[in-house]
Amino acid sequence: MEMQKLYLLVPLAPLFGAIIAGLFCRVIPRWLAHTAAIAGVAIAFVASYLIFQDVQAGNTFNGSVYRWLTSGDYHFEVGFLIDQLTVTMMLVVTFVSLMVHIYTIGYMQDDPGYNRFFSYISLFTFAMLMLVMSNNFMQLFFGWEAVGLVSYLLIGFWYTRPTAIFANMKAFLVNRVGDFGFILGIGLVLSHFGTLDYAAVFAKAPTLAATTIPLFGAGSSVALMSAICILLFIGAMGKSAQVPLHVWLPDSMEGPTPISALIHAATMVTAGIFMVARMSPLFELSDTALSFVIIIGAITALFMGFLGVIQNDIKRVVAYSTLSQLGYMTVALGASAYSVAIFHLMTHAFFKALLFLAAGSVIIGMHHDQDIRNMGGLRKYMPITWITSLIGSLALIGTPFFSGFYSKDSIIEAVALSHIPGSGFAYFSVMASVFVTAFYSFRMYFLVFHGEERFGKAAAHDHHPAPTKAAAHGDADAHHGDDAHGDDAHGEEHHGLAPGQKPHETPWTVTLPLIMLAIPSVVIGYMAIEPMLFGGYFKGAIFVDSEAHPVMEELAHHFHGALAMATHAVTTAVFWLAALGVASSWFLYMKRPDIPEAIKTRFAPLYTLLDNKYYFDKFNEVVFAGGARLLGRGLWKGGDVGLIDGLIVGGSVRLVTWFAALARLFQTGHIYHYAFTMIIGVFVLMTLWVTRA
Amino acid sequence: MSGTPLLSLAIWVPILAGFVVLATGSDRNAPLARMLALSGAVAGLLVAIPLYTGFDVHTPAMQFVELHSWIPRFNVNYHLGVDGISMPFVLLNSFITITVILAGWQVIGSRVAQYNAGFLIMSGLLNGIFSALDGVLFYVFFESSLIPLYLIIGIWGGANRVYAAFKFFLFTLMGSLLFLLALLYLFVQSGGSFSILDWHQTPLGMTEQTWLFLAFLVAFAVKVPMWPVHTWLPDAHVEAPTGGSIVLAAIALKLGAYGFLRFSLPIAPDASHELSWLLISLSLIAIIYIGFVALVQADMKKLVAYSSIAHMGFVTLGFFMFSALGIEGALVQMISHGFVSGAMFFSIGVMYDRAHSRQIADYGGVVNTMPKFAAFFMLFAMANAGLPATSGFVGEFMVILAAVDHNFWVAFAAASTMIVGAAYTLWMYKRVVFGPVANHHVAELTDINGREFLIFVLFAVGALGMGLYPQPFTEVMHSSVNELLRHVALSKIQ
Repeated sequence: MEMQKLYLLVPLAPLFGAIIAGLFCRVIPRWLAHTAAIAGVAIAFVASYLIFQDVQAGNTFNGSVYRWLTSGDYHFEVGFLIDQLTVTMMLVVTFVSLMVHIYTIGYMQDDPGYNRFFSYISLFTFAMLMLVMSNNFMQLFFGWEAVGLVSYLLIGFWYTRPTAIFANMKAFLVNRVGDFGFILGIGLVLSHFGTLDYAAVFAKAPTLAATTIPLFGAGSSVALMSAICILLFIGAMGKSAQVPLHVWLPDSMEGPTPISALIHAATMVTAGIFMVARMSPLFELSDTALSFVIIIGAITALFMGFLGVIQNDIKRVVAYSTLSQLGYMTVALGASAYSVAIFHLMTHAFFKALLFLAAGSVIIGMHHDQDIRNMGGLRKYMPITWITSLIGSLALIGTPFFSGFYSKDSIIEAVALSHIPGSGFAYFSVMASVFVTAFYSFRMYFLVFHGEERFGKAAAHDHHPAPTKAAAHGDADAHHGDDAHGDDAHGEEHHGLAPGQKPHETPWTVTLPLIMLAIPSVVIGYMAIEPMLFGGYFKGAIFVDSEAHPVMEELAHHFHGALAMATHAVTTAVFWLAALGVASSWFLYMKRPDIPEAIKTRFAPLYTLLDNKYYFDKFNEVVFAGGARLLGRGLWKGGDVGLIDGLIVGGSVRLVTWFAALARLFQTGHIYHYAFTMIIGVFVLMTLWVTRA
Repeated sequence: MSGTPLLSLAIWVPILAGFVVLATGSDRNAPLARMLALSGAVAGLLVAIPLYTGFDVHTPAMQFVELHSWIPRFNVNYHLGVDGISMPFVLLNSFITITVILAGWQVIGSRVAQYNAGFLIMSGLLNGIFSALDGVLFYVFFESSLIPLYLIIGIWGGANRVYAAFKFFLFTLMGSLLFLLALLYLFVQSGGSFSILDWHQTPLGMTEQTWLFLAFLVAFAVKVPMWPVHTWLPDAHVEAPTGGSIVLAAIALKLGAYGFLRFSLPIAPDASHELSWLLISLSLIAIIYIGFVALVQADMKKLVAYSSIAHMGFVTLGFFMFSALGIEGALVQMISHGFVSGAMFFSIGVMYDRAHSRQIADYGGVVNTMPKFAAFFMLFAMANAGLPATSGFVGEFMVILAAVDHNFWVAFAAASTMIVGAAYTLWMYKRVVFGPVANHHVAELTDINGREFLIFVLFAVGALGMGLYPQPFTEVMHSSVNELLRHVALSKIQ
């Protein structure tokens, strides 16, 4: 009983903080808002840790809090499922969230929306916890959409910036495309299982493994499990930004940096990964779906990585690396290595939050200049940011002993062992991405922290977008702001360093979270790999059909301890690919910066393709956004105004005119039309009665 | 309590209050008229509350029944009663009346007594529709409720109000005449009864059922409104004052949908099954076609009016899949739409009162000058887009799930509203509320006052309460919906 109160406390404490900071944001002082919000998240973190210990002791929980709705034979509940998978997510979410809350005190100190910001991030924490703690699909969907809402609010946090309010709408709508598939998947689950409760669905799943449904007419039959899993995965593609629903994530960088770290790197975007791992008993029953998953993940991992190479905005480089790493996790899911995906989700949450917060620290130090071409040599001025960034980058590229090494290497090995169709391509993709990741990560690292000091000189560089440009984009039209915000700094808060001005290290509220995140970025992989992947930690929470997909078993066979794994790494191609990536970025950007320029000119078409992000945005804008407006206008003008009003109403207009003229004869001009109508009505009624009688 | 004629009170208390308000006469007594009107509306809600608290959820039978002879010669009775389908709407209507009176408080300056009296009388008549069990009584309420609405649009409406009022009248008249004929036919067939409950049991052949069904369809489709007889609604909304729009959207649109459940399905069950493909098709057209039309509207009220039609498409879709989840989802959608669209129209009214424009292009950056308003408007915009934890989600979710069970591709088409509905709502919100201050009109806006805040809170309690805990709303429906489904499953053809 006591534990159940603790479960409730985990999501409700941040909600309470959000309500205090939000409802009273205009009246309470800043210290109260951030104290309430931080206290809420801190309580949630401590409670999560206690629950973690309880779960370790073998006490899992699956139960309902209240009955949300009953209809027909269906019951929809709000409830919690507490097991190893849940509690892992709870710890990651609350820890990263706590760090981001503390960081926000420093990062947002000059912002007039300080209290509102705290309200939003606490609300996000609540929504994310509801999502991961859910024991049923309905509540999952609630959390799923609620995190989307908060993401919308936060991307558009600076609501006067045209680019921000375009980006937030885009993020919401693209996510809705995913949710469209997701809700249909949930509908199929309810229709065939009769319940949305996880435990009941998973228990019944094997009996429906061979069921087919005539989805495309009576003659065709589609495996039920494949249909359900692919539809659910479409939801995951939206939330976890998989190609082609990835387009919103780079634009989400319009939001303040703390939320880029929390929502658009560490937690919300991993909701899709978590969801698939949670649904492992279903996905295991459909090789078609797994194949689909692994191919989408592989495409995302490789092709989004390429885009990171040409970005000059510090946050966008990290954003594309997030896309690529989400691709890695998805590939792991497709290879039935769910626990590896969650493992990478966890390590990634720490080092990617670290990289983002460090990027934010750099942005503060640079007085809101985000262009890495204007940086260089920052290590002298921002030592803590420098060291922690280096740690984050080393973890990201998979340097042995760092957390990212263990998770990423495990994914690569799992893919190598997988036999699901598409795994060959996925293996190539994740291997190639190792080089690409190392290359762009260290390109950014070198350009920011090493080499020539380029800041302060280019103060005249176009960092003050003309107000007219902003106003033009604020206009009603959905015309894309992309060209305008590509490389430039945006919005009025963005300035950059004046000539002669030097960057400075950030206050402790910013650097403390960096240090706190750097620690797990180094050690968590070494500590957690053995219990998490091979120690049966996820037993009961994640289901793998080891007959059909023996990847984890074989992986365990190759595993001889965390130490051996790291020392053995230097003999593997993965290690040398990463090293080659770092070396070539050093050579190209530190030694011979003329070569990248030459390549850019030499391969101009390729550069243009990457610069336009494979034209996804342009395509969506023209075909979907433009098409919808064209269709709407056509239906309105042609259908409603032309046909319906033209025929029905137009035909009646003469009648009306005549009727009105007639009515006027009987009236002095001030008698209401209805009186006449009523008389007619009564008259007709009476006549009919009388004739009947 | 059992002896108290609660339904009569719910009908006549607002009507009497309306006449008392009317008696205050000229605008010199406007403050008194407002206070009396508000008291009348609150009293109307208070007498309706026992309908919920005293409701027996275990029986599908009519409750709080009152039966008195009215015109003995034709066996016409003053016969009232509610079941789990109609009772929530009496409460919703009584609730909405309060918000409507408050919404016109400072805004309506001329003929205050008449304006408020119109809404109070309409409120009573609408309660009469939801509780009438006699065909003639129903028809009288059904038709007379149009009069106040017609007047409100025609007198306190915008520049083009006469055209709108006529269009509204024309469409409705078309349906009413057929409806009346259907009622008279049923009177004959049932051997001289006007009791709606008797008609439910009257055996009818397929041809007769089909004709009756089509007559009902025309009458109710206009009210819902369903595509293609929906074009009166955007015009009526655009010209109506804010209060008129709220009642129109929140309650008047529900009359047609209610008619389907009270007349079409139980009286012509075989025809309902036979023609369900038609209704489902029309509903899907309403959802998709209207969604795209809403996307390109430049006038906020038109946009929300079109979005209402799309939302009502979910209601008719839910009805004609003949499942408990579908019908209850549709009923939930109807109630939710009362809160959400009412609040949306009120939001637009708040802006209109200040800047005197409904054009999206005339706004931009409203959040800078009206932050509190922007927060509420965001809540209702999200509810309109069907975000979970708001009432807008519950009905859509239930109907989509029911549709998957019925036919995957129907659900596929219906679920497209997840994208299109969010697109038109959020695109409007972005253009109106976000961004830098667009012009000096926006710069001069003042944030909502205490009265407006109170109205928003009332709507928000409804929208959030129902979203977080819909069980109390659906609980009362179960018995009646199950009974209806059982009844509709039986053939009437002998």
